[in-house]
Amino acid sequence: MENKHLPYMLLLPATIFLCVFFIYPFTLVAWEAFSKDGAFTMEHFQTMTSNWKFEISFWNTLLLAAAVVPIQLALSLLMATMVSKMQKGRDIVLYIWTIPLGISDLAAGIIWLAIFDQSGYLNSMLYGLGVIDQPENFLSYQNKSTIFIAIVLAEIWRATAIMLVILVAGIGLIPKEYYEAAEVFGASNWKRFTKITLPMLKPSLQTALVLRVILAFEVFAVVAALGGTNFPVLMGETYNWQFELQDGNVAAAYALVILAISIVFTLVILRVLRVPKGAQV
Amino acid sequence: MAEIQIKNVAKTFGSYQALHSIDMTISDREFMVLLGASGCGKTTLLRIIAGLETPSVGEVWIGDKRVDHLPPRQRGIAMVFQNYAVFPHLTVFENIAFGLRMNKLDDATIKERVNRTANLMHIEQLLQRYSGQLSGGQRQRVAVARALAMEPDVILMDEPLSNLDALLRLEMRAELKGVLADSNTTTIYVTHDQVEAMSLADRIAVMHEGRIVQANNPVEIYRNPAAHFVGSFIGNPPMNFLNATKGGKGKWNVAGKSFSGPQSGQENLEFAIRPEDVTLNGGGLDAKVRIVEPLGAHNLVTCDVDGSLFRAVIDSDSKVKAGEHISLAPMQDRIRWFDPQTTLAVA
Repeated sequence: MENKHLPYMLLLPATIFLCVFFIYPFTLVAWEAFSKDGAFTMEHFQTMTSNWKFEISFWNTLLLAAAVVPIQLALSLLMATMVSKMQKGRDIVLYIWTIPLGISDLAAGIIWLAIFDQSGYLNSMLYGLGVIDQPENFLSYQNKSTIFIAIVLAEIWRATAIMLVILVAGIGLIPKEYYEAAEVFGASNWKRFTKITLPMLKPSLQTALVLRVILAFEVFAVVAALGGTNFPVLMGETYNWQFELQDGNVAAAYALVILAISIVFTLVILRVLRVPKGAQV
Repeated sequence: MAEIQIKNVAKTFGSYQALHSIDMTISDREFMVLLGASGCGKTTLLRIIAGLETPSVGEVWIGDKRVDHLPPRQRGIAMVFQNYAVFPHLTVFENIAFGLRMNKLDDATIKERVNRTANLMHIEQLLQRYSGQLSGGQRQRVAVARALAMEPDVILMDEPLSNLDALLRLEMRAELKGVLADSNTTTIYVTHDQVEAMSLADRIAVMHEGRIVQANNPVEIYRNPAAHFVGSFIGNPPMNFLNATKGGKGKWNVAGKSFSGPQSGQENLEFAIRPEDVTLNGGGLDAKVRIVEPLGAHNLVTCDVDGSLFRAVIDSDSKVKAGEHISLAPMQDRIRWFDPQTTLAVA
């Protein structure tokens, strides 16, 4: 009797927690997005899509993710491989590389603002070296591409380490014997990376990419600090509608769009990086 | 043509000396077994030949090419690992084809070789499976097939049977011997199992504490151990050793009896005899029987001779019981003598 119920009893706290703090608010938000005066409507979605900023912020968000995530993937793979090959001091290097993770994203945005600002470090340095005659406003609305580059740099600096730590753990789990076998059977360093490391790292790559891509769609504070209103993104618009325009319904619609994109990309990543049945380690 | 020459190879890990100046030549197509207890350096030596470790000093030659500075993939070798190292993310077919693909052979050749080696190892029905769907014995076959498919000059095997259960090990041992004999490769095989070594080897190199103590054919190793260690390591049960004191004119006193032995200037020698080389005849060594173990084919009798442990293998019809005194007569031509200081054999 007791044995039969025990698993459910153990699951209960987490289930209650998820229902109260996730399912319930999610239902409220969904209802808010789809209802007006207690009736179903698509009106808020129409308001959202008819606003000129929706399309821009949608493509900006995707573009940013498309620029940041591949670079971060390549960088974190490179860094993880390097760390895994280190004999001494690997922990120290790992700690240093993960420092940006401990900084809030708004603070990270402000750090990079201090670099790219009109009176920032970059301008001071270029002026001091005589490269420019007067300070340049890199982040003005005329310089959309430099804003984009600044945001990409800040995001890479801030959030590559989250993938790095997952991949370092994943690489550590691959038995050394597979590399030795590959080496004996003729695989060069690069082949060992593509034929052994990458395929055996799939589960970790899945986790790292899903986590990173979802976070990329929620990008907000770094963009707000560096781009302000010159580079609208979905999360920034959500904030705008909720707090500036005081329209919670449209904000809820935005939130659902972000959720939908996240789900779609998660499914794509899980599908692409799936491990065939039987090939699990 | 793949003769392997090891010239003065030594290996230190930090302050620990794993190998002391090893010199060895393994001739083309020879089956050489490196035999020793764990920690004797046999695996280190194999890994140096494979290129997975670099020697601290010395040279390794395969064929007429010096290889100790080359990466493993340029040495013309294939290897079977102790834990098989069958890639879990590849099918059996792709595992066997791995080395062939790395060498950029064309698809037709790859298919032909994979099928041939798979047939040879009787795994042709498993080619589309993954490693996780195979038993230990099947994985072992895949690992061997992967090595054979390379048609290498040299195959290195690191305790390939040690993870199999006893019955499977016996089956695979015989199969390996047949397959490797047909493959025209030079084989170096590492094991701690002396039965495996005896049954497979053309030549056994017995290793102890980072040195090769004796390298010879199995029968010679068994009959004429070059050192005390070899006699005590090879054979189950191992050789019996007793103290001998000089009796003059090539005579030596062992446990109150006199035996003719080497003309040596020393005062003391070690007298050695294999348990099966004694007979239950009168006039032999006086032995007090401690334990009798009937093993079917024969009885193993553990005795006390002159305060030392002494084992004898006698006919299972004998009525010897624990507590009795028996006389064990060594066969004169099977007696061996060792120097107690150097532990080496004395002729």
